[in-house]
Amino acid sequence: MTMTLRDILNKLLGRQPSSASTARERLQLVLAHDRSDLSPELMEQMRREILEVVAKYVEIDIEAGAVSLETEDRMTALVANLPIRRPLAINSKIEEVSS
Amino acid sequence: MSKNTRIILICSGKGGVGKTTLTANLGIALARQGFRTAVLDADFGLRNLDLLLGLENRIVYTAQEVLEESCRLDQALVKHKQEPNLALLPAGNPRMLEWLKPEDMQRIVSMLIDDFDYVLIDCPAGVEDGFRNAVAASKEAIVVTNPEISAVRDADRVIGLLNTHSVEPIQLVLNRVRPKMIASQEMLSVNDVTDILALPLLGLVLEDEQVIVSTNRGEPLTLSSSKSPAARCYTNIAKRMQGEEIPIIDPSKEGSSIGDKFKRLMQTKIF
Ligand SMILES: Nc1ncnc2c1ncn2[C@@H]1O[C@H](COP(=O)(O)OP(=O)(O)OP(=O)(O)O)[C@@H](O)[C@H]1O
Ligand SMILES: [Mg+2]
Repeated sequence: MTMTLRDILNKLLGRQPSSASTARERLQLVLAHDRSDLSPELMEQMRREILEVVAKYVEIDIEAGAVSLETEDRMTALVANLPIRRPLAINSKIEEVSS
Repeated sequence: MSKNTRIILICSGKGGVGKTTLTANLGIALARQGFRTAVLDADFGLRNLDLLLGLENRIVYTAQEVLEESCRLDQALVKHKQEPNLALLPAGNPRMLEWLKPEDMQRIVSMLIDDFDYVLIDCPAGVEDGFRNAVAASKEAIVVTNPEISAVRDADRVIGLLNTHSVEPIQLVLNRVRPKMIASQEMLSVNDVTDILALPLLGLVLEDEQVIVSTNRGEPLTLSSSKSPAARCYTNIAKRMQGEEIPIIDPSKEGSSIGDKFKRLMQTKIF
């Protein structure tokens, strides 16, 4: 996310961000979705499924995990931010899953 | 010779961003530089290119009669009086939309390439049939947009579609730029738009009342030696199309008063 000196000043003074910077942010978000052709419902479904898979291996908070699309230079990336509650003894978990 | 004809689609997705005005001004500017230029009105539903060029009273036949073979191409082409290097192929009746196919557009363009160096196609708004027909006949594209959120979003959509049609190169023209608003960060900057769309910038056109005045008269700004801001922008774009290297000046970065310098400082990107 780009921030200009004015944005920082606005933030410090508790003022609204400039409308150009709001437009920039909103555009980046909406374009990431337009370009991937994924509806919010599909995104939510994908988020849940990804989290379910990850939860097999590590203990995570299903509600806190965020999966989002980010875009730069017409390249869209799927970015997952999944805070791990407790680093599990992963090896034992794998055995459990494969057995 | 025909292989070298540059066939350029002028499109935007969103309506009213300045496609027809750009087509008219570039058509005249290229003709003045000595290129044989045809402008093709592909907006069959809402044709306007004839009006902007001041040629509306001289239309006898249109693309429709050419396709129906009830007239020859040279009978339908309307030559500009002051700039005889420029010819308009007018759009036919809106009912053409019912039967027009991409192949029809390709046929029209293939008839033009022998006699012209440039064919500029004024595309209708939207991404439906009218757009698809016009894309099919084009080799290159100029995407016109405004520094506004909806226009940029629609431009992005159109760029995606152009990419699937192997149209190349695709260049950007940013129209209706207001330097003061950009300087106070109440308008997306030139960099913002080029970063987001990731297209090479062919040029920008300043917001300019003279555009409306020239439309009223049916005399594009590039026709006279007008010194108005938009006139200079259009002329520079036409020169860049030939590969001339004319730097694009970011208008929000100009001005030497203390206020301007402060605004410039405030535009410094931190992250
Ligand atoms: N640089 C400019 N400064 C001021 N006014 C402008 C500028 N460019 C275009 N306009 C005005 O914007 C309006 C729309 O322009 P134009 O008809 O060229 O857009 P368009 O993209 O062809 O529209 P449509 O999608 O309906 O075909 C016109 O009234 C025109 O005069
Ligand atoms: Mg138009």
